[in-house]
Amino acid sequence: MKFSHESIEINAGLMIVLTMIAISIGGLVEIVPLFYIDETIEKVEGVRPYTPLEQKGRDIYTREGCYLCHSQMIRPFRDEDMRYGHYSLAAESQYDHPFQWGSKRTGPDLARVGEKYSNQWHVQHLKAPRSVVPESIMPNYPWLLENDLDYSDIADRMRALKVTGVPYSLTTAEYQANVEKFGKETADQLNILEAEENLLAQAQSEDFDGDRARLTEMDALVAYLQVLGTMVDFSKYDEGYFAEFR
Amino acid sequence: MMASGAVAVDTQYNYDIVKRFAIMALVWGVLGMTAGTYIAAELAFPFLNFDTAEITFGRLRPVHTTLVIFGFGGSALFATSYYIVQRTCQTRLYGDLLPKFTFWGWQLSVLIGAIGYMNGITQAREYAEFPWPVDLLITVTWVAYATVFVQTLRRRSQPHIYVANWFYMAFILATAILHIFNNLAVPVNLLSMHSYSLFSGVQDAMTQWWYGHNAVGFFLTAAFLGMMYYFVPKQAGRPIYSYRLSIVHFWALSFLYMWVGAHHLHWTALPDWTSSLAATFSILLLLPSWGGMINGIMTLSGAWDKLRTDPIMRFLIASLAFYGMSTFEGPMMSLKSVNALSHYTDWTVGHVHSGALGWVALVSFGSLYHMIPRLYDTKLYSDRLVITHFWLATIGIVLYITSMWVSGIGQGMMLRAFDDYGNLAYTFVETVSFMHLPLAARMVGGMFFVSGILVMSFNIFMTIRNAKLEQAAMEAKIAAKMANAGV
Repeated sequence: MKFSHESIEINAGLMIVLTMIAISIGGLVEIVPLFYIDETIEKVEGVRPYTPLEQKGRDIYTREGCYLCHSQMIRPFRDEDMRYGHYSLAAESQYDHPFQWGSKRTGPDLARVGEKYSNQWHVQHLKAPRSVVPESIMPNYPWLLENDLDYSDIADRMRALKVTGVPYSLTTAEYQANVEKFGKETADQLNILEAEENLLAQAQSEDFDGDRARLTEMDALVAYLQVLGTMVDFSKYDEGYFAEFR
Repeated sequence: MMASGAVAVDTQYNYDIVKRFAIMALVWGVLGMTAGTYIAAELAFPFLNFDTAEITFGRLRPVHTTLVIFGFGGSALFATSYYIVQRTCQTRLYGDLLPKFTFWGWQLSVLIGAIGYMNGITQAREYAEFPWPVDLLITVTWVAYATVFVQTLRRRSQPHIYVANWFYMAFILATAILHIFNNLAVPVNLLSMHSYSLFSGVQDAMTQWWYGHNAVGFFLTAAFLGMMYYFVPKQAGRPIYSYRLSIVHFWALSFLYMWVGAHHLHWTALPDWTSSLAATFSILLLLPSWGGMINGIMTLSGAWDKLRTDPIMRFLIASLAFYGMSTFEGPMMSLKSVNALSHYTDWTVGHVHSGALGWVALVSFGSLYHMIPRLYDTKLYSDRLVITHFWLATIGIVLYITSMWVSGIGQGMMLRAFDDYGNLAYTFVETVSFMHLPLAARMVGGMFFVSGILVMSFNIFMTIRNAKLEQAAMEAKIAAKMANAGV
């Protein structure tokens, strides 16, 4: 029997089926293995889910569209190593829903911006970037200091994240598992039942926006920025260790 | 009462729905391109953010991309696919309410999306920022669209399905798969517009760029090739250059595109095997891409004088030339060594726009110029304004692309420069200062392009107005005759 393309052209159903097959293969081959190959995510200590305050800050980061100008993904090049620090690991964004690797650097990469600048610098820079970096083209974000932080749905947010696989805890068993995996101090922060108390306590004790009397969106955003890239202690690992996972 | 010719066409084909989408394509085009020019201006002159949350760059940029891709591009695709499927199958569009539903579902999604971003409601996934309730509305709308399209194909009075419809079909199927898998998310609660993506980190990145690049591959390429396969031969008055080439490049394009998304993630924490595979397929993709370009341009073979005499033809052929250029640039940028420099810079932005302005927008303009007068059974108001539009658009694109090459390659070179002692030669902010001039030039390019679509909108407005006046005059004449006859 001789094949003729005409048999597809006169049959809409056949054409749909064949097109579906043609467009499905690429995605299946490239995406599905990422969920099953263990080496996709490096085995490394220190990476933990965000605290309630940090997660709220992250939600403000996505709300303002920061990812459209700032990447969070350092590549393994000498210049990026000197400018930003150790290249980013897959493990470091394993609790990031959604990922914020970005696609454009109109501003610098932020994957390891945590603890590089003081809280006070961040507040001033977010309020009026050109007052600290005259050549900057970043917009001013004065409303972050004016808006009170709305944390009323923080427990709901953590519950939703828990459904996606982030190990926030609701039951004692889950809490105990977190104690074993992350230590007691972190496990307390991941407890959804104490989300609001934890959020308030962290904002009080670290005072990110420079005004203890008020809890603003600035508190949350700076808390998030200050934790970026600080979870893994790279002095603990050999140069070659992470290359095994690439 | 209407002229007898119009009655026949109106009952044979559903042109009303095509008109609605065609007009909305222009409305969203003007708004989306203006938003794009404004955010371009914000980057050159940051005071334009005016300390106002709703119009800062980070919130307006998704407004720009959504309005131009889904508003302008999407409406143009609905319009042309509904037109072409009816003309090539020689049958009326399936259903009456269902096509209307696709119209309102799509327009509402774009509108709610854009207003939402300005108010901080976003999924923070590029080109998929729509919040989850809108994602659901889009899904339902898309199912309706697929139903209308397939049912119309099934009632065709021709045995063959014309090649333009293959491309539209692949676009509808692929967009459905991409949209559903990339938007899997868990809402905070049923009253909240906020949700968290089901995947995280590396898997999330791969899913997003599988979506992101195929939004380019199927939404912005395959579907517009469908447009090309109808309007280029129609406008040229010649059959398509090679039937065999269209078969080969259709299947190759459909198969290869889905592999290449990971070239957006070179040198990241995505495993090397995935991005190498993507780079390989990106190179392969050059062949079917150029297959389409050659098939389109060569259709004009033997009638090249039309480039001089037919301003609409100019739009169509220039769009294919830009398509060929950007599908050469794309595979080149997907090479890991080139990508190391180009990624994260304006070179990518320039590349996208050589495709989006040069290919997608120009082929849409050409098709709309061809189609709209036929929908209203009239002639275009002014051919000279079409030529004016062509030059405004072309100058705009060239300014845009070249300034982005300067900005992107320049920044990439500066960031990797070292001094004699092995220290970094430039701080990051020095590259920002360097980019000021090219960013300003890009803004001017955008202004040219926007003035072009404004000229077009005026031309189309006058065309439709004249058509209505002609029709009213005709009706008055007939009514007068009838009255006379009655007396």
